[in-house]
Amino acid sequence: MSAGPSAARGNILLVGVGGQGVVLASAIVADVALRSGADVKQSEVHGMSQRGGMVSSHLRYGPAVASPLIEAGQADVVVATEWNEGLRALPYLRPGAPLVVNLHRVVPPGACRDRLAGRFGYPPLAVDALAREVGDVRACDALAIARRVGSPRALNSVLLGVLATLLPFPDAAWRAALAAHVPRGSAPANERAFEAGRALRWPEETWAQAAAAGPAPNGNEGLARGVPARLAVTEAWCKGRACGICVRACPERCLALDARDRLVVVRPEACTGCRLCELLCPDFAIAVQDACVEAR
Amino acid sequence: MRVAAGYPGTPATEILQTLVRLDPDRRVYVEWSTNEKVALDLALGAAMGGARALAAMKHVGLNVAADTFMTAAYTGARAGLVIVSADDPGMHSSQNEQDNRLFARFARVPLLEPADSQEAHDFTLLAFELGERFDVPVLVRSTTRVSHARGVVRRAEVAAARAPRFERAPEKFVMLPGWARGRHRALLERLQALAAEVEESPLNRVELRDRRFGVVTSGIVYHYVREVLPEASVLKLGLSYPFPTRLVRRFAAEVERLLVVEELEPYLEADVRAAGVPVEGKAYFPRDGELSPDLVARGLERAGWPAPAPRPRHAAPATAGRPPVLCPGCPHVTPYLALRQMGAVVSGDIGCYTLAAMEPLRAMDTTVAMGSSIGMAAGLARSGGAAGPVVATIGDSTFLHAGLPALADAAYNGTRITVVILDNGTTAMTGGQAHPASGVTIRGDAAPALDLPALCRALGSGWVRVVDPYDLAGTRLALAEAVAQRGVSVVITNRPCVEMPVKVRDHPFAVDDAACTACQACMNLGCPSITWSDGWHTGRRKVQIDAATCTGCTVCAQTCAPGAIVPLAGWSGRA
Ligand SMILES: Cc1ncc(C[n+]2csc(CCOP(=O)(O)OP(=O)(O)O)c2C)c(N)n1
Ligand code: SF4
Ligand code: SF4
Ligand code: SF4
Ligand code: SF4
Repeated sequence: MSAGPSAARGNILLVGVGGQGVVLASAIVADVALRSGADVKQSEVHGMSQRGGMVSSHLRYGPAVASPLIEAGQADVVVATEWNEGLRALPYLRPGAPLVVNLHRVVPPGACRDRLAGRFGYPPLAVDALAREVGDVRACDALAIARRVGSPRALNSVLLGVLATLLPFPDAAWRAALAAHVPRGSAPANERAFEAGRALRWPEETWAQAAAAGPAPNGNEGLARGVPARLAVTEAWCKGRACGICVRACPERCLALDARDRLVVVRPEACTGCRLCELLCPDFAIAVQDACVEAR
Repeated sequence: MRVAAGYPGTPATEILQTLVRLDPDRRVYVEWSTNEKVALDLALGAAMGGARALAAMKHVGLNVAADTFMTAAYTGARAGLVIVSADDPGMHSSQNEQDNRLFARFARVPLLEPADSQEAHDFTLLAFELGERFDVPVLVRSTTRVSHARGVVRRAEVAAARAPRFERAPEKFVMLPGWARGRHRALLERLQALAAEVEESPLNRVELRDRRFGVVTSGIVYHYVREVLPEASVLKLGLSYPFPTRLVRRFAAEVERLLVVEELEPYLEADVRAAGVPVEGKAYFPRDGELSPDLVARGLERAGWPAPAPRPRHAAPATAGRPPVLCPGCPHVTPYLALRQMGAVVSGDIGCYTLAAMEPLRAMDTTVAMGSSIGMAAGLARSGGAAGPVVATIGDSTFLHAGLPALADAAYNGTRITVVILDNGTTAMTGGQAHPASGVTIRGDAAPALDLPALCRALGSGWVRVVDPYDLAGTRLALAEAVAQRGVSVVITNRPCVEMPVKVRDHPFAVDDAACTACQACMNLGCPSITWSDGWHTGRRKVQIDAATCTGCTVCAQTCAPGAIVPLAGWSGRA
């Protein structure tokens, strides 16, 4: 081990979404700290991450480290490879400490579930509001930067470049650790991405990003109905269980056939007026009465 | 060590995988066994044959292996036999959070509790040595925070093992009642000898600091205590069964007040009390879930001890939840979509597909333990209380793990159920490990692949059908036909997992915005590549597909009535 800032100690929390390489990025930082003569402990939770869940890796270094876990308010820096996960990790960040956050969004399907109101459950890219709360926010579109230098897969190296400017470790340790962990063929691209991240200027980059973000995509200012539609069923035309197409087709699972084989709307409050039942009924037994007209 | 076996399970999976990585010269025989009991049987046999052996499993795996485990304590072996149980307090990815330290006391085998990576290494070596000296299997118990951690590890030199040689000793190895009685007494004698050892063991360490505060602890919690109350005196137990009674009494005499800080069960606390030492513990600390430095601090505070106050922190902003979901193109989706539409009562099992119990598929009614789906389906069918057809759904790895006896049972007894085997070729949930139907071994060597349809027929199912789960209509038809059968029917899906062992990436799909009526039918698949776009149609959100993650499975296109989902134009393969 080379001599280095062995008295330095720090808590780095890396967070993101399964498949984004958070654990690998964390291993690189751990390697950097080790090469600089520190004791290192790392703990990660990635149980269900393969299935698009969240991943977090706690990394602590110093002359001697006891617990591998970083507690709320204790992280000297949080690095988030995804916007929503950066916000989620905020309580871990020591007030006054910097947040490095990628502006890339990975929207979970659960954020698109309020179908009647159309309310989007993913937080807007409000970079300026975040900067007011945190102070030192280093927000960039790491994916765009990685693409520019040649490989979208090197996205995490951009963020590591940003992180490197916040930590006391020598340049050589970063280079050696990067080369040791990324697939051999992609080493040059990762090195370029790392350089690009390190060259970003703060807070200028964050403000440029805040300006570029513009009105939030998937904003909630929309044409949402908020009120359910109503169905008129002509019972005499309905074949009931012998068909059942509408019951299977309804995306909101509004429909059922009762014990007497009559079509009933079991969840009238959920009907979005999509008209699938009306369209697919072979006997024209359903009419959707919907007051909502597109106001385009 | 010469032999290592296990069955995958978080957080134990990496143990054998790391061993394979660190042993390219194949000095150790390593295998994925079909289940944990087979793994322990194999390790026990190897140890009886004179070879040091290890069996690694997650905590619930030891339930499966318990039959062997309990009696292996009687037989002992010739060479060291180490069982590693990786527990999961907090249930990061498990169906329960049982505390397997109790298993050591139950079987009366020594228990080692490493607190970090270095100790995991050191204690495993010591476990072999201890087990050989006392002729007893040894349980090494880890937890998620020890298993899924990295730290600096100095590797020790391991002395060359003796050449293995099996020596016949039926009185020791054949557990007929007459001989087993003798072995039970022998076990109790070995325990006596061990009891003296634990009092002196360097694994149990007294750290005297401020005498007002005495803490008894073990495992990862030791580090939490050091972090939160560095001035406290600590008795750190690394070898905690048999319990070092005299040592605890000595420690108690040195400190003013004694607390036990431990995760889950009051295991050490009960032993300290049994030693006649007044002590407190679970009165201040939760008995469920994981501990953390913060939780330890709050417990100490409740006990009236000094503890750091909670740190100032940023408020938690509103964020989107991110529960795990099935991958884009996961072959498990369509069977559940169809089963839900059929109104089937679905007995589920453990694997990626358990996520079908959640929104939006919501198509699973029960899940308890590996392989239970088939027997439970039979029970549901026999209860007479199920309104729809009763269907068991089970992954290929889980079926081979513990499903075979249940299928034979249902076929033998003529129970009317349908069994859907979700054959994706791998053990996906735990990261894609091979199993007997995968055609490879843990080292990547070619192996014979078991023929699942033939196996099901051999087990007695007269109706077996293989379907392509990417064909929604075909899957529906097969299931409808299956539930109409009188005895046991089996439907086997045949698409591989899209993530492992190879990533499946086909021509991605896209949404024709003008044609999308925002009906949300495609959203009911739960495919993470499909999200809302900025477009609206009569008050509903239109959708879009992320071409970078779409695997091109075509299933969403099959659900779209207006035909708005079409192959992405201008796609030219992937970079
Ligand atoms: C007794 C026991 N052993 C191991 C595990 C860990 N585990 C959870 S799911 C699973 C297997 C999943 O494989 P498979 O049934 O093929 O389904 P897939 O995940 O591939 O869809 C395993 C090994 C467990 N939960 N319980
Ligand atoms: S219009 Fe018909 S198909 Fe659409 S949500 Fe309403 S009931 Fe269901
Ligand atoms: S890892 Fe494989 S089996 Fe698991 S959800 Fe993804 S595609 Fe499905
Ligand atoms: S084809 Fe449709 S369902 Fe399949 S992965 Fe792509 S978006 Fe998802
Ligand atoms: S199923 Fe088709 S029409 Fe309905 S929301 Fe999806 S893409 Fe749009």
